[in-house]
Amino acid sequence: MGQPKIDTSPKVSDEIRKTTCYMCACRCGINVHLTSGKVSYIEGNRDHPVNKGVLCAKGASGIMQVTAPSRLQTPLRRVGPRGSGAFEPISWDEALDLAVSWMKPLRETAPEKLAFFTGRDQSQSLTGWWAQAYGTPNYAAHGGFCSVNMAAAGIYTIGGAFWEFGQPDWKHTNLFVLFGVAEDHDSNPIKIGIGKLKARGGKVIGINPIRTGYNAVADDWYGITPGTDGLLILSLIHCLMEAGKIDLDYLSRWTNAPLLVNGAEGPEKGLILKNAESQPFVIDRRTGMPAPWDGQGVEPDLGAVWQGHRTVFQHMAERYLSDDYKPEAIADQVGIPAARIRGLAAELSRAAFDQAFTLPIKWTDFRGDTHDHMVGRPVSFHAMRGISAHSNGFQTARALHLLQIVLGAVEVPGGYRLKPPYPKPVEAHPTPHFVTAPGKPLSGPHLGYVRGPENLALKEDGTPWRIDKAFTWENPFSAHGMMHMVIPNAHAGDPYRIDTLFLYMANMAWNSSMNTTKVMEMLTDKGPDGEYVIPRIIYSDAYASEMVAYADLILPDTTYLERHDCISLLDRPISEPDAAGDSIRWPVVEADRDVRGFQSVLLDLGARLGLPGMVNPDGSAKFKDYADYIVNHQRRPGVGPLIGWRGDGSKTGRGEPNPDQLARYIENGGFHQAHVPEEASYMKPWNAAYQDWAVATSFYETPQPYLFNIWSEPMRRFQLAAEGQGFIQPPDHLRERLKVAMDPLPLWYPAYGDEGAAEFPVHALTQRPMDMYHSWGSQNAWLRQIRGKNFLYLPTKIWTAEGFVDGDYARVTSPHGEITVPVAHMAALNADTVWTWNAIGKRKGAWALDDGASEAKEGFLLNHLISELLPERGDGRRWSNSDPVTGQAAWFDLRVRIERVGPQAKAQPQFDTLPRVVPKGEGR
Amino acid sequence: MTCLPAHTDKKLGLVVDLDTCVGCQACVTACKGWNDQGYGAALSDQDPYGADPSGTFLNRVHSYQVTPHDGGTAKIVNFPRSCLHCEDAPCVTVCPTGASYKRSEDGIVLVNEDACIGCGLCAWACPYGAREMDAEAQVMKKCTLCVDRIYNENLPEEDREPACVRTCPTGARHFGDFADPDSTVSKLTRDRGGVPLMPQLGTKPVNRYLPPRPKDRPEEASLLAPLLDIKAQGLAGWLDRMLGKLD
Repeated sequence: MGQPKIDTSPKVSDEIRKTTCYMCACRCGINVHLTSGKVSYIEGNRDHPVNKGVLCAKGASGIMQVTAPSRLQTPLRRVGPRGSGAFEPISWDEALDLAVSWMKPLRETAPEKLAFFTGRDQSQSLTGWWAQAYGTPNYAAHGGFCSVNMAAAGIYTIGGAFWEFGQPDWKHTNLFVLFGVAEDHDSNPIKIGIGKLKARGGKVIGINPIRTGYNAVADDWYGITPGTDGLLILSLIHCLMEAGKIDLDYLSRWTNAPLLVNGAEGPEKGLILKNAESQPFVIDRRTGMPAPWDGQGVEPDLGAVWQGHRTVFQHMAERYLSDDYKPEAIADQVGIPAARIRGLAAELSRAAFDQAFTLPIKWTDFRGDTHDHMVGRPVSFHAMRGISAHSNGFQTARALHLLQIVLGAVEVPGGYRLKPPYPKPVEAHPTPHFVTAPGKPLSGPHLGYVRGPENLALKEDGTPWRIDKAFTWENPFSAHGMMHMVIPNAHAGDPYRIDTLFLYMANMAWNSSMNTTKVMEMLTDKGPDGEYVIPRIIYSDAYASEMVAYADLILPDTTYLERHDCISLLDRPISEPDAAGDSIRWPVVEADRDVRGFQSVLLDLGARLGLPGMVNPDGSAKFKDYADYIVNHQRRPGVGPLIGWRGDGSKTGRGEPNPDQLARYIENGGFHQAHVPEEASYMKPWNAAYQDWAVATSFYETPQPYLFNIWSEPMRRFQLAAEGQGFIQPPDHLRERLKVAMDPLPLWYPAYGDEGAAEFPVHALTQRPMDMYHSWGSQNAWLRQIRGKNFLYLPTKIWTAEGFVDGDYARVTSPHGEITVPVAHMAALNADTVWTWNAIGKRKGAWALDDGASEAKEGFLLNHLISELLPERGDGRRWSNSDPVTGQAAWFDLRVRIERVGPQAKAQPQFDTLPRVVPKGEGR
Repeated sequence: MTCLPAHTDKKLGLVVDLDTCVGCQACVTACKGWNDQGYGAALSDQDPYGADPSGTFLNRVHSYQVTPHDGGTAKIVNFPRSCLHCEDAPCVTVCPTGASYKRSEDGIVLVNEDACIGCGLCAWACPYGAREMDAEAQVMKKCTLCVDRIYNENLPEEDREPACVRTCPTGARHFGDFADPDSTVSKLTRDRGGVPLMPQLGTKPVNRYLPPRPKDRPEEASLLAPLLDIKAQGLAGWLDRMLGKLD
């Protein structure tokens, strides 16, 4: 029988439409193939700066998300008891009228009674602007329970953060060190980078209790004890300083190490010493005399002592050379032998100094000094939630930046590079705005960077302005708000009661809340008057998540292929170190249901409420929809959501609105890039060419050069207050905690979860797989076949000691609760740590899955074990289970004990089946 | 019985780098997506939102844990598995209808679905578990090396490679001709000691796996030596010595 003849050149599709993925937060470019008007295949866009053609498991499965049976179909109004799932379909006009009938009176009387919080929101520059126009102080996105420690510590230290705000110089780095990375974050860029680095023979080091994913391919793995990363990092700094392996030139020129710390007792103690013009200064090595910090030719003396005031560098030496940070002193705590810690320090030093190189790039710094080359230090770092979701996460993230700084490896060739609009100093960010007045907008954006106690969102009586108590003494730098505290605080009426809770794309009745069981009760709890304690809940989502059942009004959103979006430089763009970039989504297919993009709905609501900026003088709606806003909204004259093809189409960054702008984006594959000039490509915070380019491209109005803040003055101001200085004083019960947590020089203290954890000897973590994004993947016909069930992974020590066998379940008990879950053995794991995949567990009835779905039967969440409050400490007060600096949810402080219970039929706790708002899914 | 070609002009296949595969499953769904609308019957899914979903996948990734006997650190190896396009493919010779065949021009092992009776013998014969019977179409499905991509004149030249290779974020998958000693796959196999899977079975797989590089061996270079005895000379002594380096 002959070989059959086959068609090796079949037609692939009718058309390719290029847009931006939203199967996770990475924002990769995708080619959506359409055949007969339907999506037939999705692949990565080769020209796209984020993913360069590749695509992850989620991205390629997007085709199953667009047709998922869990998609909401129409606006719904609750008609039965909350949580019963009794809804009636209503028209959009009815839905919007209802929302306005709730929101309008509140705005006119007490705008703070509307709390608007958004989850996986990629339109925060719109949602924040809307909330500002409405006038409620109660707005934030999900950063508070995600990774604000990482963001804020970066901004306060180097003027930019890990994740999407920077990346290793993949082209030149030789050694890449990852701390506690969530595998789904910035996932394709990191995977591409690791692949390139390994192909060049470079080395990857993973520091993580769990060896999966990136840590599985790491050439060297340090299975650290959770919550001790800061201690390890400071010990590495100890080793490097002890050996003199630090970049003195870098420290003296580009950081505040040579600035003098005021040593005189009094209200200025510990602040950076200023001259008569209120300017910090240095001691010039050439003269031994004070000189301007930014003076041309000045050679700052790192070791200076002037009139009793010592440099930041002297303080560093005193702290980090202390025996407390010797590897031998900390090895047991971090779970890594001292010799390995010393070996790691030697490797860092070898990469930074023995493999140093230069690039022949001429540049001029902000002092006016010119340089004929740039020094490369081929060692780079990346970190994410693993180190930041602890109650010592802010200080730990600062410590990691300090480690990069002493190696001279930030913004240099081979090191860690920031992406425009970063670097950007704290001073270029707004402070928080929160003062409300009925019928009026807020005077500025909600979220910002606090410089001192005077910026706290506290009323004259000391009570918080915000429902989440962000920007208070309990968490002064809560730059992303604290979404995880909104429902508990609103339920408790602490600091006050609200009327309407307005949520977007945040599964707060399930995997996005700590203490999930209790939160579900709070959502349905009634007061003595028979009314719900949280009177009204409006929720917008595209899918039948667990949260939907708890809403009074549901505004169904579209899927990501049916909508406009903009990934804006005003928000979280798609820049690369060498180019500012932004992108769009556009409806590559039309929605086949009565749903609307949430951003268009928000603008419609704004117009109906008459919010400033959203209506014309005659009261009519200013924007037809989100697409209209993307093109025509101007935040400042000439500066809008997108930087590309402004004005007549030839302008970038600044220029009047261009009606043709979206068409130009679509023509270009859905994105735009503005390239950084070569001489501006590194040393950006200090590089005059970069500063000028950043002004021209609209990131700020004047050049903003700055020094890296090894010593943080904003932190010291809080410490001073805690010591009794100044008029604005913290409550006494927080003084001691503030003195430690707000230390201006990075330090480590044990995570709060460790306190009283003697009966709970095991650390418990979650991480997200690369093939699932939060709760979204389970509704996907393909992804749930890959990961439809989660196990609690136990290290060999526990597995053996408790006599576990395959098929067993374990009872897991924390200070807060108890769950019973399936277990599996994993040897490549810190010996005192257990972990599971996040958000695989689902509630029965949600996501259009069968009641018997493995996600609901055997799948589980650790959330039931985690309280939003720490146990009472004997003084009648309960602190929030959050970082004391930023309020970041301390998910990973969790401590548990494990008992074998043998095989079980299902995981516990189980909940009643959620009433279905969409039918159970059948075929694909 | 179906005959294998005595010789193939090319030996097309994949190199999979186990040193860089992070187990992200990107290749799994890219393959599913392409082949669901590509060569032959679609890759069906049964009860996709039900209690026990199952579907046809031509490529799956498994993770294995390796605990060295010498007490060294445990390791995870992510292992993508698909048809190896064997030179002595038992799945071909076992086929009663000639549906399973190896192409003489490039060595790709394919199923002619028109001739496939769904008997499943080939899946039994394959020692690698690389074939899956589609429950809906009742024909045998397997990796085609994207035969409808690699020669496809409707695709830009750079896209004429298997979907799994095009999508792999870490660049762990490579496609090419093993008969050409100068091809990337041949060179990688030489340079990195690429291995066939279970060669003792005599199936002569074409695909090669690059083994993980040795791990957890911190270079044994000397540790950092302290600048001086800080205890004896004090912080001031350290500062003097340290800052003296600037001059």
